Amino acid sequence: MSNHETPVLKAEARGLNFYYGEAQALKNINMPIYDKKVTALIGPSGCGKSTYLRSFNRMHDLYPGNRYEGEIRFFPDNTNLLGSDVDPIEVRMRVGMVFQKPNPFPKTIFENVAYGLRVRGENNKRVLEDKVEHALKSAAIWEEVKNRLQDQAPNLSGGQQQRLCIARALATDPELLLFDEPTSALDPIATGAIEELVHELKKRVTILIVTHNMQQAARVSDYTAYMFLGEMIEFGKTDQIFIKPQDKRTEDYITGRMG
Amino acid sequence: MQPLTTDEIRIVIAKGKFRDNLFKAVGIFCLAFALLVIVALIADMVIKGAERFTLDFFLNFASRRAAQAGILSAWVGSLLVMLVTALAAVPLGVAAGLYLEEYAKRNWLTNLIEINITNLAAVPSIVYGLLALGIFVYQFGFGQSILSAGLTLALLILPIIIVSTREAIRAIPAMIREGSMAVGATRWQTCRYHIIPYAMPGILTGVIIGLARAIGETAPIITIGALTFIAFLPPLPFTAAEGGATAGLFDWVMSPFTVMPIQIFNWTSRPDPAFEVNAAAAGFVLMAMVLSMNAVAIYLRYKMRKRIKW
Amino acid sequence: MPANNPGDLHQVSDRLAYNAMRHWKERLIEAVLLAAAAVSVLTTLGIVYVLVSESISFFANVSIVDFLTDTQWTPLFDDAHFGIMVLVSGTLVSSFVALAVAIPMGTIIAIYLSEFADSRVREVAKPILELLGGIPTIVFGYFALLVVTPILQFVLPGLPGFSLLSAGLVMGIMIVPYIASLSEDAMRAVPMSMREGSYAMGATKLYTAVHVVVPAAISGLAASYILGISRAVGETMILAVAAGMQPNLTWNPMEPAATITSYIVQVALGDLPHGSIGYQTIFAAGLTLLLITLLFNILGQWLRARFRENY
Repeated sequence: MSNHETPVLKAEARGLNFYYGEAQALKNINMPIYDKKVTALIGPSGCGKSTYLRSFNRMHDLYPGNRYEGEIRFFPDNTNLLGSDVDPIEVRMRVGMVFQKPNPFPKTIFENVAYGLRVRGENNKRVLEDKVEHALKSAAIWEEVKNRLQDQAPNLSGGQQQRLCIARALATDPELLLFDEPTSALDPIATGAIEELVHELKKRVTILIVTHNMQQAARVSDYTAYMFLGEMIEFGKTDQIFIKPQDKRTEDYITGRMG
Repeated sequence: MQPLTTDEIRIVIAKGKFRDNLFKAVGIFCLAFALLVIVALIADMVIKGAERFTLDFFLNFASRRAAQAGILSAWVGSLLVMLVTALAAVPLGVAAGLYLEEYAKRNWLTNLIEINITNLAAVPSIVYGLLALGIFVYQFGFGQSILSAGLTLALLILPIIIVSTREAIRAIPAMIREGSMAVGATRWQTCRYHIIPYAMPGILTGVIIGLARAIGETAPIITIGALTFIAFLPPLPFTAAEGGATAGLFDWVMSPFTVMPIQIFNWTSRPDPAFEVNAAAAGFVLMAMVLSMNAVAIYLRYKMRKRIKW
Repeated sequence: MPANNPGDLHQVSDRLAYNAMRHWKERLIEAVLLAAAAVSVLTTLGIVYVLVSESISFFANVSIVDFLTDTQWTPLFDDAHFGIMVLVSGTLVSSFVALAVAIPMGTIIAIYLSEFADSRVREVAKPILELLGGIPTIVFGYFALLVVTPILQFVLPGLPGFSLLSAGLVMGIMIVPYIASLSEDAMRAVPMSMREGSYAMGATKLYTAVHVVVPAAISGLAASYILGISRAVGETMILAVAAGMQPNLTWNPMEPAATITSYIVQVALGDLPHGSIGYQTIFAAGLTLLLITLLFNILGQWLRARFRENY
């Protein structure tokens, strides 16, 4: 990573609080997300990293009783993703997401990848075919599935399913891609493929990734944030966080004294 | 590749939301319509039958004159048939459920029994009537009696009781079983002192639902040829019967009878509109019986779900 | 515990005898329970035996070809005809009307309750639906004849007092709760992660329901439809009361017609001597009914196996 280039801001959390009913899950989070970089969120279970991630595409709006305070600014247009006047569906059309457990739809491989395009009203066969192929190539799964696009997606292996889900998210050209522990359900070889892919993808899309695995954060990310009990403890360049963390709590976590 | 502009995206979203709301309206309409039909059904019976809701209606026999006709023989018949049904179906159903959950080995016989129970639940009730006509009425010589009707309905609701018994038993965690066997109890002792008592609320729910189904069944009872005009009650044990003899303890089971649904059917099919009033009133009584039984069962089930988990 | 507690048995032989007794008692109980479970198999055998044996006597007098191709059903007349298609047509038309109401309405209610309604609405609506499933069909028959038919006659002046349409519509309403309740269960069983995947793509609720939840729950939906078909084909009292009982080979729901089930009721109401050809017809009709139901159930099980949920 080159140190002299100034990173461009893609999004920024400002004074973000989040509540599941009465329980506060996020406490005054302030943090930048840089454009075309990979930012990793680490911390012990229950620290709020997934809750934070899911605020970026308003996933919490699906369940009653959830409440946000503060804002997440999205650039270049400086929209507040959490604004009450902003439609969560519009947010989700700009921000893609890949889940912990691969969740392909009970459809063919082709229709899985075309899903987001169809949601956007695209039904032209030629356009769909083009974009599906491109997305599958970007997700490094094209060679494995190009002859079986009409097979049912749930018949793929776990690692292939997860790359299919990445292709599905990429097909609509999201500006920000959220990964929620994308490899926790996969074996080491499939995990390696996904990590390589994340590294490749940051050329075209900003990535925010939650991971349980510190080595993974160190391997794939440019920036790392350490969260603990709903608070952002420390944010910085990944090398800096791992080599000389400023906060005692970050150091304890990284050196394995807790979590 | 040119991404959609913000305005284009907003149009797509607005269309989608419009469809969402349209569907929501249709959904609410369908739900309301289904409920409304039922409300209309109940209201119609209450209003039409109102003049018959007197004590006499419950204490009179059927009659050629609509205004004097009552449902005495019908509700007594329904209760007695239910008694036979419960006495036959509950022990059989619980025993079968217990066998399948606690004893059965995975073999062809168990599979056969399971597939059989699933398929029996889909057999139309009138087919049970034909079975009863051939076997109970003629083969066994039970005739068109309370016994024949009770056994017919018992076979009809057996799958319901077996399935709910099995579900109730399955909800009991293995540790209860292991705990009992570990202190040296036999399989039967485990069932007798642990499994059956713990599964009781679930079994009871199934029994009530089954009986509620049976009490409203008409077709199988008509099929065994039950008379539709009965102006007497089955002999009460130890009372004077015809010919100066004394009725035995179980003479009533062989007696001819009528039940509520048959009485309603009888009145509904008369051309004289005066009987419509009777049909409405009797229909309301039957529906009140069935719905209150079902309400108790549903209440029990929801209460069980909320009970502390193991 | 039995009275003779094993702790009191000091002699080895006593203990062995006790164990042997315990063992035999266990075996006996198991045999009794197995016998109870076998009653269900006996029921099936009984049904098959009664229907087939009486049908064999019936087909000794009537050829199967006539049974399947004759266009008249007049078994009690001097000039007797035994064309089962007459009754089958009534059964199919009334079932079709019922399902045309019950499948769309039941599915829409299920989707609404599972995907749109908030949990309070669902907690009230679901038990009420279950309650409705328990209403005796004779009560629906009364309703079809004395309430729905007059209303329909107001809209369709040509409608006779008995019709397949009126009976079929009420039958449809009767079946709605079954389909809605079972389909809703199937859709609620679809994991939330699947819906989240769709919402994360920017899909709306309806799009998610139609394109993800319904396909994922399709085998459960199919099972509920098959149950609905079984109910419609086997329903008796609504038709016996409201559809008229005269045999009529028709595909027009506006006409009155007998169905397989209502014919059986009609014969049972009369006084046919045991062993007569008229008596045998109801078993031949019953066998036909059972075969139609069986056909749909086999189809249902095939569909289930074909579209097993793979989430």
